[in-house]
Amino acid sequence: MTSGLLTRWLLKGEWHSHRLQSVVAVLAIMFGVALGFTIHLINSAAVTEFSAATRSLSGTSDLTVRALRPTFDEALYPRLARHEGIAQASPLLEITAGVPAKAKTMHNPVLKILGLDIFRAASITPDLLGISTEDNPMDALADDAVFLSPAAMQWLAVKQGDSITVSAGTKQITLRVAGGLARAHPGQRIAVMDIGAAQWRFDQIGQLSRIELKLQPGVNHRAFRKVLEEELGRAYLLTESQDDDARAHNMSRAYRVNLNILALVALFTGAFLIFSGQVLSTIRRRSQLALLRVLGMTRRQLLCQLLLESGLLGVAGSLSGLALGYLLATIALHHLGADLGAGFFPGLEPSLHLEPAAAVFYFVLGTGVTMLGSLLPAWEAAHAHPAPALKSGSEYTVLAALHAPRLAVICLLTGIVFAGLPPVYDLPVFGYLATVLLLIGSIVALPYLCGLSFSALLRRLNPGKANVLYALAVTRLSNASGLAAIALGGILVSFSLMVAMAIMVTSFRVSVDNWLAQVLPADLYLHPTIHQDMRGLTTDEQQMLASLPDVARIDFIRSIPITLDPTRPDVTLLARPVDRDNPGSVIPLIESALPSDSIPSDTVPIWVSEAMVDLYGFEVGKQVMLPIADPSQLFIVAGVWRDYGRMFGAIQMQLSDYRRLTGDDHISDAALWVTTEATTGAVISALQALPFSNPLEIMETGRVRAVALRQFDRSFAVTYLLELVAIGVGLMGVAASFSAQTLTRIREFGILRHIGLGKRQIHRMLTLEGGLLAGFGVITGFILGTGISLILIFIVNPQSFHWTMQLHLPWGWLILMALAVLGAATLTAFIASRRAASGNVIRAVREDW
Amino acid sequence: MRYLWVLFSWLILLQPLLLAAPPVLTSVIPGKVLKFPDDHGAHPDFRIEWWYVTGWLTTSAGDPLGFQITFFRLATQADEDNPSNFAPHQLIIAHAALSDPKVGKLLHDQRIVRAGFDLAYAKTGNADVKLDDWFFTRAADGHYHTRIETENFTLNFTLTPTQPLMLQGDNGFSRKGPQAAQASYYYSEPHLQVSGTINHLEKNIPVTGTAWLDREWSSEYLATDAAGWDWASANLDDGSALMAFQIRGKDGSKVWAYATLRDPSGQTRSFTPDQVSFTPIRTWRSSHTQAVYPVATRIRTGETEWQITPLMDDQELDSRSSTRAVYWEGAVTFRRDGESVGKGYMELTGYVQPLTM
Repeated sequence: MTSGLLTRWLLKGEWHSHRLQSVVAVLAIMFGVALGFTIHLINSAAVTEFSAATRSLSGTSDLTVRALRPTFDEALYPRLARHEGIAQASPLLEITAGVPAKAKTMHNPVLKILGLDIFRAASITPDLLGISTEDNPMDALADDAVFLSPAAMQWLAVKQGDSITVSAGTKQITLRVAGGLARAHPGQRIAVMDIGAAQWRFDQIGQLSRIELKLQPGVNHRAFRKVLEEELGRAYLLTESQDDDARAHNMSRAYRVNLNILALVALFTGAFLIFSGQVLSTIRRRSQLALLRVLGMTRRQLLCQLLLESGLLGVAGSLSGLALGYLLATIALHHLGADLGAGFFPGLEPSLHLEPAAAVFYFVLGTGVTMLGSLLPAWEAAHAHPAPALKSGSEYTVLAALHAPRLAVICLLTGIVFAGLPPVYDLPVFGYLATVLLLIGSIVALPYLCGLSFSALLRRLNPGKANVLYALAVTRLSNASGLAAIALGGILVSFSLMVAMAIMVTSFRVSVDNWLAQVLPADLYLHPTIHQDMRGLTTDEQQMLASLPDVARIDFIRSIPITLDPTRPDVTLLARPVDRDNPGSVIPLIESALPSDSIPSDTVPIWVSEAMVDLYGFEVGKQVMLPIADPSQLFIVAGVWRDYGRMFGAIQMQLSDYRRLTGDDHISDAALWVTTEATTGAVISALQALPFSNPLEIMETGRVRAVALRQFDRSFAVTYLLELVAIGVGLMGVAASFSAQTLTRIREFGILRHIGLGKRQIHRMLTLEGGLLAGFGVITGFILGTGISLILIFIVNPQSFHWTMQLHLPWGWLILMALAVLGAATLTAFIASRRAASGNVIRAVREDW
Repeated sequence: MRYLWVLFSWLILLQPLLLAAPPVLTSVIPGKVLKFPDDHGAHPDFRIEWWYVTGWLTTSAGDPLGFQITFFRLATQADEDNPSNFAPHQLIIAHAALSDPKVGKLLHDQRIVRAGFDLAYAKTGNADVKLDDWFFTRAADGHYHTRIETENFTLNFTLTPTQPLMLQGDNGFSRKGPQAAQASYYYSEPHLQVSGTINHLEKNIPVTGTAWLDREWSSEYLATDAAGWDWASANLDDGSALMAFQIRGKDGSKVWAYATLRDPSGQTRSFTPDQVSFTPIRTWRSSHTQAVYPVATRIRTGETEWQITPLMDDQELDSRSSTRAVYWEGAVTFRRDGESVGKGYMELTGYVQPLTM
């Protein structure tokens, strides 16, 4: 017989007899690989798309000049156009216009309109030129014409010759669709029009968003950038295309890393299942393997055989995982968008690319993890002495090899230490490591914990009164805790993760809800079709709002995006009336703010969100420059507040300061308090009667909160899905371990039958055992899960999203989950044990080699 | 009477919306007395205007070259109410070309931008036109200075007047068609003495030569049945100056024609449409555009016949990528009775496709 044939025989025999075990292992690996691969595919598609889209907006530009504020004075344009070393300067005005027609069906319907000078853009961004028809070649200069990308045409359901109505603040602008673009990036929703027309029609006279520069041949880019940076001062930013890439990566990084960690957890669970499966399998086949050794198989051959067994499972799992991952990514991209519902990349429709390198990586990861999981049991089995291994009862030497109390202690202690370490590159690496270490430590410690608990239970058992089945189950669990612990591992891992996620999400949601109540004190809020509208409401319109009857108080808010670091997403600047002596009345401060008398008179107070402290080091009392004003002004951080709305950072300042420094007296939002004698409905009617009310969104506070919470739930959609997957994997683990375990205990059952236990009694005993074990798993899982949730809430979240939250335990939900898992596990044990109890009694006892 | 009439006709066609304040343009009327130096400068109230220099050069090595430098100013339909500095009220367009028989094809470059920010303008009061680093200016003493730097060549010239201005048509009122409205203000400055340098084939070469300046502005457009035109001017060796043009109909017939000949003493003779004719002697097919141009032509003005032969055949300027026009504009030699009598330039337009008006 050739060794190849033997290998095949053995593999086939093993898999054939333990189909469920194999299927579960394959499924677990598949889920882990699929999840990781999906997240990688979606994110790389989104980032690639985002970079490509941003890049296509810059064309072949060598350098982009932009300001920290969204727009800047056009006087810079001729200065740069004449600058030495610059061959061509292309001025652009980027308008984020609202599409009122879409406001009903979607949140923040933004159409990006690029105002450009076709003559200057032709050599730098030729793709962005509008294609005029033969009859109207001068449309590119017309002040009523707009050119749309195919995606924009499709989105707006218009074709050439139609009209579109867009909004800028309270103003509505109707534009004629004059044609398409030379070559728009697929899926990118953009519109192009003449820069002069854009400045005029959108009330941005004298303003530019950026200037694309083409340097003269032979000019050293880096040196030139340095010179120009010094010349322009801190109010301007010079960026190259790679900065945009970094920006895209930073935008979704925290989110992506968190999801990847979840994928790793799934893989880890899979590896654990493989491990427990292999342990059980080697226990079960101990005498069979020993026989093979006696018959002449070498240690090496046996090790290879065992590794091959699980390796092939890993290959199958990884391959199907890759396929599933691709499928999931396609579905998720289609239904949830490139950011899985988190809202980072609006206006993009990324397409999926199969990435061989990533596929190989995840394949190797999946297979590698499987091999790793089976290495220890395989090693032990191959190195066991064949003679004793042939004897009955030697199974438990395998488990002895797995006893590693020191490892458990080390893992748990290191985990606790890691939980206290700071983030690495803005990522909570140690927080996640702590979670993994706690999980490993708990699993390794499980046999002891299990033994201890059930021994305690056994001691308190009154042998006389207790049910004999119960006594048998507890005795078994207390004495053979090693084997039980393996079945328990799956429940522990999945349930603890579920508990951790549930506590984290609930804490987050409750904190957000409380925070919303704090930041939305008014009765009514209004803003134009889109957020951070460049035009917003004029002073006249503000006057009309303020003089409405039944309005007790009105706060105007100006909100603009500002760039403090070109490689990071924009920070939001919010200017609103703030009482310097009591900023806490409108700002949800998390600690005591700087008293107003300790703010130097030459500085302007700002209150920053927690993210600003983490990302930019804006600590209370720190004096900073925010080049939003010319000449530049010194600001002082007067307080830190909690912000769940803008994870990239936000700064609040007094509206009066903002207006004095920038001269911008438009506003983006208004908050209205209705007088006690009037109704909100009456004020809404009065607002709707205003001449400029049409593109305004008027929302009652309740609705704002509802919308915000809906968005919150949407961004956690994936998390909920993952929880379900984790539970599924955990239950499959229980089923697999139970059915495997009952097979290894076939002789035990035989003896029990011989001494008088009926089939059904054994059956019930096993179910009871399963229930007890699951109960123990649920309790341990709950404790571990709570610990992990603390890490997630107080370490991982603040470090990756830069916000803090309070702990809230969802008791009802947790109890429900515990009961569900307990029920499911007991049911699984019940089903799995049916097979065990049904065997031939005589044969079962004789089954001794 | 240049190719930009094409662009110009598009602008006329373009009446996209009821503008709050459409630009009001001045029309060309007979009897207006041109005033200098003001009329050297721009006339922004007219639709279109150009400063058009063509001439022959001799390098220090004695080789002949031809050059063309043109600046156009074009008033658009942009709303007068638009306060933006980017509002495209006026466009500045420039073409530059160098004919070198050693290269065998026309070297050329063109630019188009909107006037504004002092980066591009056509000023009033005296000739002062600028498009980024290309410019054409006239000093108070009448000298012109121009500098054009392209990827392939650089032209840097001073033009010195040697003769008085030559008002075309009726004291500068030049008819372009059978209807009185089809007219422009038109004057020329022949026998401009050129001195300067060119950078060509990576060498700085001092050059001298003789050039012809055409100045024309108008708000009206060509007759609807016009398909193109042929134009030629010559600085004759005896100090005379000759200019002739014809406007062709879609069937190739002559819609309008005109010619002037000024002798060294300043005596001017004008020729009516029926006294002027253009007859092809030899055609050349462009390999770039497949257009067939009558590069060698016989022009009759009254009883005189001029034979025109090109410095080289391929002097086609293809600017379809930027300003959409394709035309032939080349250095030519004028012969009378087989004898060379002078050098000048010829322009042939509307040979690629009939110009849709």
